[in-house]
Amino acid sequence: MSLLSTSRLDAFYGDFQALFSLDFEIDEGETVAIIGANGAGKSTFLRTLTGLIRSNPNTIVFKGDPIGGLAPSKVVRLGLAMVPEGRRLFPSLSVEDNLKMGAYCARRGDWTLRRVYDLFPVLQERRATPSTLLSGGQQQMVAIGRALMSNPDLLLCDEISLGLAPIIIKDIYKSLAGIIKTGTSVVMVEQDVQRALEISSRVYCFLEGRVSLTGRPENLDEVSVSKAYFGI
Amino acid sequence: MLAEWTNTIVQGVLLGGLYALFATGLSLVFGIMRMVNIAHGDFIVLAAYVALVVGYALGLGPFAALVVVVPAMALLGYVLQRGVINRTLGSDMLAPLQLTFGLSILLQNGLLEIFSADSKRLHAGTIEVASVPLAKGVAVGAYPLTIFLVAVCVLGSLQLFFTRTSLGRAFRATSDDETIAALMGVEGRHIYGLAMALALAVAAVAGVMIAVRTSFAPSDGPARLLYAFEAVIIGGMGSLWGTLAGGIVLGVAQSVGSELDTGWGILAGHLAFLGILVFRPTGLFPKTRDR
Repeated sequence: MSLLSTSRLDAFYGDFQALFSLDFEIDEGETVAIIGANGAGKSTFLRTLTGLIRSNPNTIVFKGDPIGGLAPSKVVRLGLAMVPEGRRLFPSLSVEDNLKMGAYCARRGDWTLRRVYDLFPVLQERRATPSTLLSGGQQQMVAIGRALMSNPDLLLCDEISLGLAPIIIKDIYKSLAGIIKTGTSVVMVEQDVQRALEISSRVYCFLEGRVSLTGRPENLDEVSVSKAYFGI
Repeated sequence: MLAEWTNTIVQGVLLGGLYALFATGLSLVFGIMRMVNIAHGDFIVLAAYVALVVGYALGLGPFAALVVVVPAMALLGYVLQRGVINRTLGSDMLAPLQLTFGLSILLQNGLLEIFSADSKRLHAGTIEVASVPLAKGVAVGAYPLTIFLVAVCVLGSLQLFFTRTSLGRAFRATSDDETIAALMGVEGRHIYGLAMALALAVAAVAGVMIAVRTSFAPSDGPARLLYAFEAVIIGGMGSLWGTLAGGIVLGVAQSVGSELDTGWGILAGHLAFLGILVFRPTGLFPKTRDR
């Protein structure tokens, strides 16, 4: 049984349909990357999984239970956490308070403030700093740490490399690889195709709200990826 | 001469404590829901009437009645928020404004119907007229001093609640970004209910405190709201101690105005408010962020 699967998932922004009958699955311990051009529906897909966008109950199954249409505050309690696009830290909270907010849902597990600080030591030094005063890379670390604090079974990462310097991205990805090694399953949306292929065990390519290609990175050649990516 | 002015300013500062109590609930609700509660002043008046009834029915003095009035108002706040006000919250700022405006009319006329237009007072005994000498020639009323200390305690407790507790953090997180707070497991609608409960609990304290100090009538709500608004704006949105500072600025301005000419008190308060609006439109200590 897969950890999470969607079948014939549709999603709408008002009258505008963003996802069309989308099938997706991820097994326990897997790292799945979703690539695709701007507007392909990658972020929409993650937002729909977390409950931020409404969907029909049976179209999303998580650990055997239908979760489509559940409120986001309920979904996170079941063990599905998201690192949102653009980090979205709480500006009036300190670094540590941001991290503690991640533990608000009080799920049991291994992730504690201590472990997040071990993973990102710089955050401990800056724990009392308002989150707005951090550099972009440090903010991204807080966003990842905050999601981990909920002890998720499945971590959704939305464009964690966006707007960061290459050297910082490298660091962040190293930490992410460490997180994956602990057994957390990860779905990551990534614009940087190369990076996505390196870290993931399976890839989905989205095009205009549909899956245009899926497979293991080693079985995909550049031509088919580029065709699925751009639709030409 | 100097003693006289010191006296005036000290009275103003103490009055500021009362205004801070008026303003806290208003500021809290705006900070967390970005909603202006037009009926806030009427809830302050309602609390006084509830204390009147509780005192009459159970034979309690105004301060003992707080044990009943504060939880009752908090419960009313939660139910009202979850049952009615939450339905109007969304992208449209106007809907909750209209709703609370309607509530204000409802409360005023309901109170008028039940209690008539005659003004009432709560009686607390000797504390009302007792005074505390601070220095030679400067004495303050024991009761205004009590109100001020109550205000400081209320604000201090709220401050601790917001910074030290998990629920308090959730309040601040919701104020910053409700969507992301939801992703952390915070149920926004429930937090809104609790925020209104907290706001009306403080309004209850304010209502009882002023009802001992001066008489009240069903139509007094809007005047209370006006002072609450001014204190919030002067202090800056979202800052608890800023609200106290705002109340004090307002209180001192009114008391200095009255000292110059008995008719100038209220006018001086409004002028101080306008002055701050002109020179520091975001208030003295703004904290709440735009969203």
